[in-house]
Amino acid sequence: MSHDHAHTEPPSDIELRVKALESLLVEKGLVNPDALNTIIDTYENKVGPRNGAHVVAKAWTDAVFKSALMEDASEAVASLGYVGRQGEHLNVVENTPEIHNLVVCTLCSCYPWTVLGLPPVWYKSAPYRSRVVSDPRGVLEEFGTTLSDTVKIRVWDSTSEMRYLVLPMRPAGTERFSEEQLQDLVTRNSMIGVEQVRLPGVEDESN
Amino acid sequence: MYGAHDLGGKHGLGPVNPEPENQEPVFHTEWERRAFALTMAVGMLGKWNIDESRYARERQHPVDYLSHSYYENWLAGVTELLLEKGLISEKELAAVMESQIGEKEQQVVEVAADKESLRVPTPAQVQKILTVGGHTLLESDTTPTFTPGDRVRVRKNHTAGHSRAPAYVQGSIGTVVRSHGCHVFPDTHAQQRSGGEHLYSVCFEAESLWGSKAGNTEVLIDLWEPYLESIH
Repeated sequence: MSHDHAHTEPPSDIELRVKALESLLVEKGLVNPDALNTIIDTYENKVGPRNGAHVVAKAWTDAVFKSALMEDASEAVASLGYVGRQGEHLNVVENTPEIHNLVVCTLCSCYPWTVLGLPPVWYKSAPYRSRVVSDPRGVLEEFGTTLSDTVKIRVWDSTSEMRYLVLPMRPAGTERFSEEQLQDLVTRNSMIGVEQVRLPGVEDESN
Repeated sequence: MYGAHDLGGKHGLGPVNPEPENQEPVFHTEWERRAFALTMAVGMLGKWNIDESRYARERQHPVDYLSHSYYENWLAGVTELLLEKGLISEKELAAVMESQIGEKEQQVVEVAADKESLRVPTPAQVQKILTVGGHTLLESDTTPTFTPGDRVRVRKNHTAGHSRAPAYVQGSIGTVVRSHGCHVFPDTHAQQRSGGEHLYSVCFEAESLWGSKAGNTEVLIDLWEPYLESIH
């Protein structure tokens, strides 16, 4: 089953338990094996943070789209084809020179799948979930992000089915960039709020 | 419930240690990939909802919850739900585990799947379910009690049931900043009871949550009306 271990190594307990559950569910006809592959393919290959980067770059370059995005983000991103699970009630929160937004789910792992895909391990981890609400500046430092004390931090704890996407600030020096070039600058982490978008080779200018 | 999942503000859990973004795969092992897909697929049978799924993970022993990796918690939750809803039995699981490790032939299928009432989605139906999603906004003829600008206190709620009011905010005073309409109420939804409550984003000054150290920070939390009381 696993391709992550040498063939001589016995499968771990968790590998066995997952395999056993899958065998049982397939045998009982409770899951369709092809449907499992559809689910995996969707979240491994189709839905991911490039969707969000497209949304951000479009918002930076198209004022009408940005206005629609801030008004009703689910509808605006649907116009780009990004619809579905964990994006039904999307809200976009915009970073400014005065306000930096940051997203967490302290109770589980709520995350805007339609625009960012499945969350990274650190987002779902106890260290991030516990500390980012009480010590956001300290957590940001761990991501190499230093904000001036004059910048207000807004931490959004996703306790409901509202999902939050951060609209990062467009970096200076990108005035002539196309939407496609801008997309390439937008990182997943900047849309969660743990980083700012930078031009390669340019240091953080926010301090 | 005041479980191990309710992590906001807890100390001692160590550094975040993020993997570099451009090096992190969507799944780190094959079993994570399978556990994710299985959980999603059996969720589509409609025997439980998302709040029951969350509650099943939260109900684990705190030591288990904190020592498990993320998808181990998913596996624990989905296994518990499959057992509780009678779709599989402990005996069946044990038998198939034994046949996996070659100790004996698998032969026990104890619980007949109730095919009549179950709709096992095909790949095309799965695609549609993932695309349509599950909306939680409900029609309501009740007027929201609070409007943006109102000061509210989060009620203390030491319930053993499912709830989405984090412990760290209970008892604190904040300001309503957005009204989101009437949404499915997780506390009752986790008990398979339908119905919604008005939902708000409430803004808390970090000082009011943590004391004077946390400067120039606000925490915004989505809270349903039954979690809140007016401040006069």
